[in-house]
Amino acid sequence: MNMREETLIPKVGVITDVRIDTPDIKTFRVVTPDGKKAFDHRPGQCAMLSIPGVGEAMFSITSSPTNTEYMEFSIKKCGCVTEWLHQAEVGQQLTIRGPYGNPFPVDDVFAGKNMLFIAGGVGLAPLRSVINYCRHYRDRYGDIDIVYGSRSKDDLLDYKEIIDEWANDAGVNVHLTIDNPQQGWDGHVGFVPNYVKELNFDTNKTAVLCGPPIMIKFTLEGLCALGFDKTQIYTTLELRMKCGVGKCGRCNVGSKYVCKDGPVFRCDELDELPSEY
Amino acid sequence: MRKLSLDNLNKFFAAVAESKTIYLPVDQKDGSAKYAKWAEGTEWSNALNTVRSPKDLFFPQTEDLMEFKTEGKNIEIIDIRKESEDFVIFGVRACDVKSFEVLDRVFLSEPVDSFYASRREHAIIVALACTRPSETCFCTTFGIDATEPAGDVSAWKTDSALYLKANTEKGEAFLKSIEALTEDADTAEVDAQKTKTAEIMKKLPLADLTTDAFGGGKTEELWNNPVWDEMSQTCLGCGTCTFVCPTCQCYDIKDFNTGNGVIRYRCWDSCMYSEFTRMAHGNNRLSQKERFRQRFMHKLVYYPENNEGLFSCVGCGRCLAKCPISMNIVKVMKKIGGDK
Repeated sequence: MNMREETLIPKVGVITDVRIDTPDIKTFRVVTPDGKKAFDHRPGQCAMLSIPGVGEAMFSITSSPTNTEYMEFSIKKCGCVTEWLHQAEVGQQLTIRGPYGNPFPVDDVFAGKNMLFIAGGVGLAPLRSVINYCRHYRDRYGDIDIVYGSRSKDDLLDYKEIIDEWANDAGVNVHLTIDNPQQGWDGHVGFVPNYVKELNFDTNKTAVLCGPPIMIKFTLEGLCALGFDKTQIYTTLELRMKCGVGKCGRCNVGSKYVCKDGPVFRCDELDELPSEY
Repeated sequence: MRKLSLDNLNKFFAAVAESKTIYLPVDQKDGSAKYAKWAEGTEWSNALNTVRSPKDLFFPQTEDLMEFKTEGKNIEIIDIRKESEDFVIFGVRACDVKSFEVLDRVFLSEPVDSFYASRREHAIIVALACTRPSETCFCTTFGIDATEPAGDVSAWKTDSALYLKANTEKGEAFLKSIEALTEDADTAEVDAQKTKTAEIMKKLPLADLTTDAFGGGKTEELWNNPVWDEMSQTCLGCGTCTFVCPTCQCYDIKDFNTGNGVIRYRCWDSCMYSEFTRMAHGNNRLSQKERFRQRFMHKLVYYPENNEGLFSCVGCGRCLAKCPISMNIVKVMKKIGGDK
């Protein structure tokens, strides 16, 4: 059969590493069966992973495109596909297709800018790709501030990488916070939106937000109160998706499809969409 | 223009069926009509239109996409696609022909849906002009001329003959293939029919319905209209409107475990269902109001915004006839348009 390419038909991938990040988040390393990256992507893009017979779901690619060997996905256990993945072992095959969606404008809009990354919980997963991209091309960007918060110390994703690598980079400032005081934690305690206000950032930055909807809402308000303009703030959305290419209709918000017109949006663009995301 | 005597109609179907499958409206026992394969003895229905639109023939209600074989930790993906064979859809009304354009803009935009594209490329559409439009018809609202349907071939049926005109290369080749059964004809009888039908169209109860209140760029203006709250109160969320709609194309993808592997298939889905947007962390359309608004805003605002003003409704009237609580797009358009 010599037919045209079909995006809905995936490739086989294989899990080559499973890292336990938090009590409910694991990071899976995925390559093709011959050990290569399944496809190239840009920071902020997503991929459809599936387990035949269980289902298919969209995940952000957490590894940076500068990693040419493999892709990583940080996945929180919260539904059928994710629960199945969480019990999967190294060597398990799955299917993968993508990349989908628009990436963060790392090479044009972000170039030369001071970057402020703000994440809550598993919301760090899509931002890790951009953060590591900016770290890789460090001289292309100004100062980098990273504000990251989670419920507890144990719920901080990529904690080792943040402490051992990000925090040691010149010009990279990491600000961690957890919701409630905890033994063995001498860092900041409090919610991300409040911490962002306390940190009182200069507005000479481009901000990138990701986290639970409520965190995004209050952080956005906080940044605007600090004097940020919505054109300086980017976020990435998540809605239910099946096709990934704007045809199945599921992630339609106003005249946009989150899978193909997003998932990355500038916050002033979001204001033009009906509040249904 | 060519003319086929109705006495030769069965010969014509038989001649075409030698090389291609023909689908045409056929009467069912319950009095309704549906598209069915022609075989010797099949009678072409006189019904104005089929209960379900012919979109099934390009975008079936369910279709297998691929198969998987799994063994231990290993997965094999099997591409089960087959190129479609040439087929003819005969007797398609102007509204339904227009619906193919609406669907094309979804499925044939990049990345092209190969399942849909294969059928679409192999289909020859013989469109049939209307002569007895019904009171639920409002195709004229969307600029569709029911007396001059598009398609590869346009056809007009009179008491004694079927007049045929090719509109595309495919249509010309098709008429050529049945040339022996047809003869050259002038347009007098067709013109007379068109004039008569146009007069009927003007008097239809929905003849004055306009799209003035709708179109791209109207999201903000219409989003908080109280109509969504009021009119969605009675909506059962049954999804009948989306299933009979020739332009609704939302779909789901699911896996079926056969016991000997897995089939991944897609099936029609509906924005009217609560499950449609439900995620692990919640649902962005919580009540029927949001789902009801989505369906009509998509057809009348979002779709035209992305498609140079083309509305995603063709005025076929199926949803008017089939909604169990008599709610429909016409009521929404009238109410928002300021009509009582």
